[in-house]
Amino acid sequence: MSGILIDALNVWFGEHETRVDAVKGASLSVPEGGSFGLVGESGSGKSTILRALTGLVPTWNGHMEVLDAPLGKKRDRKFYSAVQMVFQDPYASLHPRHSVDQVLGETLSLHGFRDIDMRISKLLDDVGLGPAFRFRYPHQLSGGQRQRVAIARALAPEPEILLLDEPTSALDVSVQAEILNLLSDLRKERNLTYLMVSHNLAVVGHICTDIAVMQLGEIVETLSVEQMRAQETQHPYTKHLLESSLGAIKGPDHS
Amino acid sequence: MRNISTGNLLEVENLWVKFPTRSGIFDAVRGISFSLGRERLGIVGESGSGKSMTGRAILRLIRPPAMVTADRVNLEGTNLMDLSERQMRAVRGQRISMIMQDPKFSLNPVMRVGEQISEAYRLHANTSRAAAKRKSIEMLEAVKIRDPERVYTLFPHEVSGGMGQRIMIAMMMIPDPKILIADEPTSALDVSVQMQVLEIMDNLVKDRGMGLIFISHDLNLVSAFCDRVLIMYAGRVVETCRADRLHEATHPYTRGLLNSLPRLDAPVDRLEVLKRDPAWREEDSISGRT
Repeated sequence: MSGILIDALNVWFGEHETRVDAVKGASLSVPEGGSFGLVGESGSGKSTILRALTGLVPTWNGHMEVLDAPLGKKRDRKFYSAVQMVFQDPYASLHPRHSVDQVLGETLSLHGFRDIDMRISKLLDDVGLGPAFRFRYPHQLSGGQRQRVAIARALAPEPEILLLDEPTSALDVSVQAEILNLLSDLRKERNLTYLMVSHNLAVVGHICTDIAVMQLGEIVETLSVEQMRAQETQHPYTKHLLESSLGAIKGPDHS
Repeated sequence: MRNISTGNLLEVENLWVKFPTRSGIFDAVRGISFSLGRERLGIVGESGSGKSMTGRAILRLIRPPAMVTADRVNLEGTNLMDLSERQMRAVRGQRISMIMQDPKFSLNPVMRVGEQISEAYRLHANTSRAAAKRKSIEMLEAVKIRDPERVYTLFPHEVSGGMGQRIMIAMMMIPDPKILIADEPTSALDVSVQMQVLEIMDNLVKDRGMGLIFISHDLNLVSAFCDRVLIMYAGRVVETCRADRLHEATHPYTRGLLNSLPRLDAPVDRLEVLKRDPAWREEDSISGRT
């Protein structure tokens, strides 16, 4: 069974002379329980693929399948309980006047759960936040704690697929490590499928097993993380990307 | 008496930033001292370590009720702490310029970006509108913006985050300041563009004999890009070293930060998580003077 299948996807914005083709003929597939990374610079269309998949962009054509069910123009409730998204900026993605309890409670009731009270404490536990955080507001939380709440919200409807849009780029390195560990643990425990967007190759390399490199709306190369580590790249752009991130990590060996 | 004219552009001694809160006074920066020559000085630390506050305090951008005190903040011989607000305005932008963290909040949303750059130039240089426009377009080119004439006429919401930050850099560089304080200038940019932008800043710093204070949480970037690094924790400088020796840093906090980074060339199953020692908070600040 395949988790996500995208074939010849085109996404565009605007019409006629102002039309911009954000994604051009992108194809990728993620097996169930797999983790796939999309890398590329800003404007290369990597987030747009996620947005088209979740139905946030209506102007697309091509073929998309989630858990073997083809996607049309409209998404049903079943889709949204199977696919959830974690956004880049936890400062912007949480309602400032809703407590953690309200944020999670609303999501749970929207998905028709009954035992909301028990589920909220379980969710908070799962993402490593104790019950003490339940009645806090976003401004009382640090960036890492907010991102944990955002992850808890995404986990609320018990999804099978998580779409991660730069989940750690707004966080400190020490907090980034905690969130990345949390994400790997959750994937193992729940057999989640990840589709992750990032411009940080080291982060993608840590979480994902396969990677697609995007440039100007096209997927220029798909390769495994091992191939990337061994620098077995075909496309010059991938090479360039890899060199600039290896150049930044010119560290000594782990001692 | 210490000789002030050591070729240092900026000397900061015993700088404190305090915020009164309901539960007493919170010290965001606790008595740090450092100097800046014609070099690239990196300040690294996590959010809340006081690194951004240090940059803002130098420009006296921190408003009451917060309190900023320092024995001295000397810019080429003048103590900035003694200047009037009016005199400070002549310093800001012209002699010390600052690139802020987020272009979304630093650009005027209802003004074309090109006009904002021109305005920055015309405030400090007495030139015509047309000359300012020419200079602005040159500056946009210098920060590697494709099609600068078109970008000149765009509004901030029409440019991407990365482009917005390059526009900010152009705007801050155009009055030709002596010191540039860059507060996470490249966090919003991609790795490939990041290096490009850093190169531009690097060239400007070298060509014009400027001093750069580079505030970042990205250890790798600071290590690759700066000459000297101050590592801050809880408002103090816990360690200072040459940037290319950052990987040999000895303080447990610095080591913890370094080890928590995922690395392409050294994959691990679980990343190390920083364990904080309360004793780090109490240690004395290390001087970053040269």
